[in-house]
Amino acid sequence: MHELSIAGSIVEIVSDYAQEHGALQVTAVTLRLGQLSCVHQEALEFSFDLITKDTLLEGAVLKFIDVPVAVFCPSCQQQVELPGIQKFACPVCGTATADVRQGRELEIETIEITEGGPSSQVSASAARETS
Amino acid sequence: MMEPRILEVRTKVLKKNDETAREMRQQFLDAGVLVTNLVSSPGTGKTTLLRETLMRLAADGERAAAVVGDLETDNDARRLAESGVPVRQIMTHGCCHLEADMVRDHLAGWNLADLDHLFIENVGNLVCPTSWDLGESVRVALLSVTEGEDKPLKYPGLFNTSDAAVITKIDLAEPCEFDRIQALENIQSVRPEMPVLEVSAKTGDGVDEWIRFLRTQRRRLTKPACSKN
Repeated sequence: MHELSIAGSIVEIVSDYAQEHGALQVTAVTLRLGQLSCVHQEALEFSFDLITKDTLLEGAVLKFIDVPVAVFCPSCQQQVELPGIQKFACPVCGTATADVRQGRELEIETIEITEGGPSSQVSASAARETS
Repeated sequence: MMEPRILEVRTKVLKKNDETAREMRQQFLDAGVLVTNLVSSPGTGKTTLLRETLMRLAADGERAAAVVGDLETDNDARRLAESGVPVRQIMTHGCCHLEADMVRDHLAGWNLADLDHLFIENVGNLVCPTSWDLGESVRVALLSVTEGEDKPLKYPGLFNTSDAAVITKIDLAEPCEFDRIQALENIQSVRPEMPVLEVSAKTGDGVDEWIRFLRTQRRRLTKPACSKN
């Protein structure tokens, strides 16, 4: 159940980030999850609910953006999405390739916060600069 | 009530682990030590192969050490200590995988420059260790003939992120009706071009090739450092 460790890391990163931006509460966290990330979404939701208790993230919703696996095909010279994760070969021409370009993501994409007041207004672009 | 505001965070969840692993990898490279992370299900024979490996390397005058992850016991470390090389147990107390800082903390006091090889025996698990970089140079996924040839298809994440696969307990292949060709196909399917070694730590079959594989990996690792001189 490594999802508990992952949930712990999410809370750590999001709490710091939210506090820096004057959040009163975090209402949602959106994750980008690659198909190869080996994360079980329900297990992560369960862990997240447990571990966010008494934090800024209590009650926050976890949202997922599923990222399919994409490889670079050396024959077609292009990035192609795989229909599954059991055969690492170009679905167009069949060439086997281990050059994974996408699908290992385990990233926090965005968070939704409610703010304390005007003094805590920070634009999204300013937020990005500090990351 | 104010409307909720959306902030772009765009941060890797395991950023802290990745940073620690990156620092460790550089230290390992600087010291010329090949770090091999062994990952498999429980019961595949990581400890038995590692014990044999440590003894062979030590007998040939190569300096090896190992850290071994386990949930609650230090049985594996005691078994490995029989090889005479430095071994430390990482007891994870329920945690199903090793993380970079656990490994780092258990290396304290060892001089990396005194080592040629460092082995990390991960907690027996084919899912959870996948996402944690431990600063290793080589990740090796092991599967035994007793587990069935479809293991790579069931756990593509782990096999796909590994640099080599080792099929263990080949002395039992026949009684287990292990379909070797299918197993090799399955490994290549989830990780094309991955080197595969087939060993029996019990009979010694394939162990020479495994040791040779490790030495080749180490030579590759230290080459850039040598060419700088």
